[in-house]
Parts: sequence; structure tokens; C-alpha cells
Amino acid sequence: MTRYVMVADLRRCVGCQTCTAACKEGNGTPPGVQWRRVLDLESGTYPQVNRVFVPVGCQHCADPPCLEVCPSTATRQRPDGIVTIDYDLCIGCSYCIMACPYDARSLVDHTDYAFGDAPTAAEAARAEHKTAGVATKCTFCVGRIDAGTARGLVPGQDPDATPLCVNSCISGALSFGDIDDPTGPVARLLAENKSFRMHESEGTGPGFYYIWDKGTL
Amino acid sequence: MASRRQRYWDLRAAGNFIGGGTGAGLIVVAALAASMGAPFRLALLLGLGCVLAGLSLVWLEIGKPWRALNVFFHPHTSWMTREAIVAGVLVPTGLIGLVAGSVAAVVVAAALACGFLYCQARMLRAARGIPAWRQAEIVPFILATGLAEGSGLYLIAGAQTLIAQTPIGRWLALALVAGLLREAAWWAYRAGLARTPGAAPSLAAFDTPPARLVRGAQLAGLALIGLALTCTAVAPGLTQVLACTGGALAALAGWGMKARLITRAAFTRAAAIPVIPTRGRRASHAR
Repeated sequence: MTRYVMVADLRRCVGCQTCTAACKEGNGTPPGVQWRRVLDLESGTYPQVNRVFVPVGCQHCADPPCLEVCPSTATRQRPDGIVTIDYDLCIGCSYCIMACPYDARSLVDHTDYAFGDAPTAAEAARAEHKTAGVATKCTFCVGRIDAGTARGLVPGQDPDATPLCVNSCISGALSFGDIDDPTGPVARLLAENKSFRMHESEGTGPGFYYIWDKGTL
Repeated sequence: MASRRQRYWDLRAAGNFIGGGTGAGLIVVAALAASMGAPFRLALLLGLGCVLAGLSLVWLEIGKPWRALNVFFHPHTSWMTREAIVAGVLVPTGLIGLVAGSVAAVVVAAALACGFLYCQARMLRAARGIPAWRQAEIVPFILATGLAEGSGLYLIAGAQTLIAQTPIGRWLALALVAGLLREAAWWAYRAGLARTPGAAPSLAAFDTPPARLVRGAQLAGLALIGLALTCTAVAPGLTQVLACTGGALAALAGWGMKARLITRAAFTRAAAIPVIPTRGRRASHAR
């Protein structure tokens, strides 16, 4: 069974936001909508201050709250764990946005462009205009995964079958792959390092792991 | 990342919970009235109107209103779908009761109205991204608020005929009990919120001057209804004024509180990491 997950090594992330830019460019998301964000968290008080960069987005939960509440069945879960939105079914009620504990979904009710009234070349080429008025979120670049696997490529190992944010990461902080493949890089990373998942007590089973130290947690 | 106020559900969405709660409450009281031989048609009509008005408001809010029928596609788990289905049965049943004057139909409509209100409460409970909505105490609070609004408005809707045809005391007592139930549910909800991690911004939103005004209206309405109950026998005219004012305040307070709950106190969950990652060769440590 395949279960695609993403891994962010918090020891490596430098907060450069290249993943954010790559996602925006590749998916043509409108201004104000970022499917892949990098949070800049601070903790402690001077002089004991910590600063951590945390990539966030849709966690592609095993038990997605968004799927449960969606009244139109637009939100679905594939057998490989990827949570998708059918833009032709979604009614734009925003209920899924309220149900997501990770603040990962967005909705804009009109088509907007980054520079004035005309789309940039990237926006024109990639933006799906039917996303106005419906909920959107990170898809793990599901189109790239499907096109890549159809060509025999391995997501997470072959760039053409890997999410854009992972490809663009300059520090190697982001990894992607099948967690059920014990020989794959993702399973090895998680086996060899301490990791956690955000809001794990929610019981949503997020498909996004954060590595924070060596050794088994 | 700090929590932030949700910006997708505005007063139109709040209007659905306001209209749905008030409408369901009115329909329940109308059924009680019908079964006791008291006037019920106006309350039933108003109740159905409130439910429909609330649903119309939420229809105006959704991004793809012409696909609204897709809301019926997911009854297995979605409380929004269940709310829509129950509304689809409630309205015609209520209309039958209204047109035919059938007590049985009105009672069935009241049962459906209870189901409709329960669906609305569970809708909020299922919104796991909003700490102010997801806690268990929201369900009795929404139910009690709907009953308090409906019984309060019934005091106004039936004011012209209540005193002449039935003892007003029973309706005042119902409004008083509903108001007290809402008061208890409010404090239980608030105590639950205080125990919920990340709910501090929501608690703060309930401590602003407008929120205190709403709370004041709720308490004043309760006091006026209680006062009216004590002088039904001695001063019928005064009783009517007190009942109408108290009933209006009971309804207005519910509307104000739900508007705040949906639009002002609804904050998202903040991102949180349980540990600080190691950097370089430093030892890791828990935060």
C-alpha cells in the first residue's frame, strides 16, 4: 500500500521561502493564497531565544476533518493518502476551512492576479480559473505525481514525479515519498531521526512529519 | 504562527445560525401552543420564515450558489448535509401544519426543528479548526439559545391574543426556563472554553464592551420575564409590556451572541511544535 507523506527536517530549514515561491509559480495561486508556507516561530525570552522555521500546508491527514464535514463530497482521499478537492463539485461553503486544524485551506471568490488586471505568463499558463469561489489547498502536486508514476518514475526520488516545493528546497529540508516503502528515503529518514507531527493529539494522522533531532524519539 | 480570526464566515453565515435557532425555537413553541389549544399559526409562520431566511443568507455566502444542491451529497458524515436534508423536510411539514391547521403536522415539524437545530450545533462542533466552536459545550449552548430566542419571540408574536385566550403565565414560565437553561449552558460553555488550549483570543472576544452589552441584554430579558411572571394576576397590562420587552431582549441577546460567536470569537488554531530542533552539535531540549 502506498502512503505518500512529506518530511521537513527542521534542523535544515533556513526559512528562505523558496518552496513557497516555487509552489506559487507552479500552481499559479492567486495573491494572498499560499499552499506552502514557512512559519517563522520564535520562543523564549532574551537571551534564551529560539527561532524555528516550520514549513506548513495541507497535512494530507489519514483521517481528514475537511473530508468529514464537506457537504458536497468535493473533498476526497485517494488510496495513496493524498487529499484532493474536486473543483467542479465544491460549492465554496468554506466549511472545510473551518474544520482544518492546520489552517491549510483558502478560498478566493474572484480571479485576481499578482500584477494588475492581466495574468503573468505563469498565471495564464497554470492558473485554473475555475478555482475562484471554491476551496483550494496543497495537492502534493498530484498532477506531477500521477504523470511521473505513469512514466515509471518514483515520487520523491525522480524530480519529475516530485512536488515542486521539495524540488526547490535549497537546503534539502523537504523530502517526499512513500512511507510504506521501508527502503525509501522517507521511511529511512523517519527511522533514523526523531520526528513529530503537528497537533497529533487531534487524531487526524497527518501525513507531514517534522524531524527535529537524531535518534529515535 | 499565531491564531487568527477566521474571515470566511461573516454575518451571512451567522444569520443562518440566528435564523435557524430562532426559527426552530419558534416552531417548537408553536407545537406546544398548538397542542394546548393556544394561538400557534403566527409563531409557526415566523419560525418557518426565520429558518428559510437563515438558509437564504448562507446561500448568498457560498462561492458557487448555483451548485447549492450539491450540499445534499454527503449525509454520511457532514452535518451541513444533514441540516439541509432536515430543512428540506421541515419546511413542507410546517407548511402543511400551517395551512391545514393540523396539530400532528405541527408536532412533527417541531421534532424536525429540534433535529435541524441539533444539526446546526453539531456543525459548529465539527469545525475542528476553530477552538471556540469545537468544544462539546457548544451543542447545549446552541440548543438552549434557540429555545430561549423562540420562546422569547413567542411572547411578542402572541402578545395580542395570549392574554385573552390562554394564561400567559405558562408561556412566561417557558421563556424563563429557556432563558435559565441558556444561562447555564453559557457558563458551561465559557468554562469549557477557559480549559481549552488556544482559546484565549475567543475568551477575550467575549469580554469586549459589545459582548458585555449582549450579556447585559440577556440578563435584563431574563429579569423582565421573571418580573412579568410575578405580576400576571395583578397587572395584566404591565405584564404584557414586560413580557414583550423581555422576550425581545431574550431574542436580541441570542442573535448578538451568535453573531459574536461566528464572526468575532472564531479564531483558528495556532501552529505549535512540541520541541525545538537541534542546530549544529547542540543538544536538543524540550520547549
